[in-house]
Amino acid sequence: MERTETELIAAVLKGDAASFEPLVQKYSPRVFATARRYARRESEVEDIAQEVWLKAFSKLASFRGDAPIEHWLMRMTVRTCYDFLRGHQRNRESSFSELSEPETDWLERFVADPGSAAEDADAAKLLVARVLEKLSPPARLVITLLEIEDRPVKEIAELTGWSVALVKVRAFRARGEMRKILAKMAKDKYL
Amino acid sequence: MNLAELQTKLIAAARTNVPGDQVPYAFEKRVTALLADRVAPDNLALWVSGLWRAAVSCVAVTLLFGAWAVLNPTTVSTTSDLSQNFESTLLASVDQTDQAQ
Repeated sequence: MERTETELIAAVLKGDAASFEPLVQKYSPRVFATARRYARRESEVEDIAQEVWLKAFSKLASFRGDAPIEHWLMRMTVRTCYDFLRGHQRNRESSFSELSEPETDWLERFVADPGSAAEDADAAKLLVARVLEKLSPPARLVITLLEIEDRPVKEIAELTGWSVALVKVRAFRARGEMRKILAKMAKDKYL
Repeated sequence: MNLAELQTKLIAAARTNVPGDQVPYAFEKRVTALLADRVAPDNLALWVSGLWRAAVSCVAVTLLFGAWAVLNPTTVSTTSDLSQNFESTLLASVDQTDQAQ
């Protein structure tokens, strides 16, 4: 008979590490999908996911069980991704002069006629990934959660551990920061 | 260039780019193997094993001294009584004071 999550957690807390495996198997797809929002390389995504599970294991005793374990895990995943962003800020300083040809084409199409530049084009996806990489860690996190994943502010506050007011302030600053990056991109490219 | 519109377009582009949720093969096995090395030690088990080791050492020492006592019987001197010796050592200073007077 398949054991429930509560039983598995209780077994892990008693020292049976093997009971952790079904939990890892069940929730890893969500952890990986979240990590892929913040890391480009697959090796980095895997490192994040592994760290999330190691943290989850060592902090399992702090899981109170009053909410689904998925929520607790997602909080841990988002915070681990934030730590990852803070530790990998090297890409933020590069300029926009080395945009690929499809990205440049897409931008030129947008400049000529904004309506003709499709949002689902691969070039647009590459361009937005480039812009997101240039944002500061808090700005990238809040833009991803609020604008891209369309989560409510309260949920973001729970996921990040920030207050609701801080999320709002950081969202305001993040939009400004993104606009500045876009202005710099336009200047690099067209001036 | 309309930056606000470009920002909206790019955010919309990011929304269409939903990341995949595929997990590398046997990822959960790898995590479990890593965790097996990190399992917290059971404090009670540590105590029990420590106490067992101490008990075995005590029994060994007792047997050793027992064997030594049996194999080397000391001749008990009738003239030197332990209680007498202890009393004279304890009262040595008093005796010295008496002799001085």
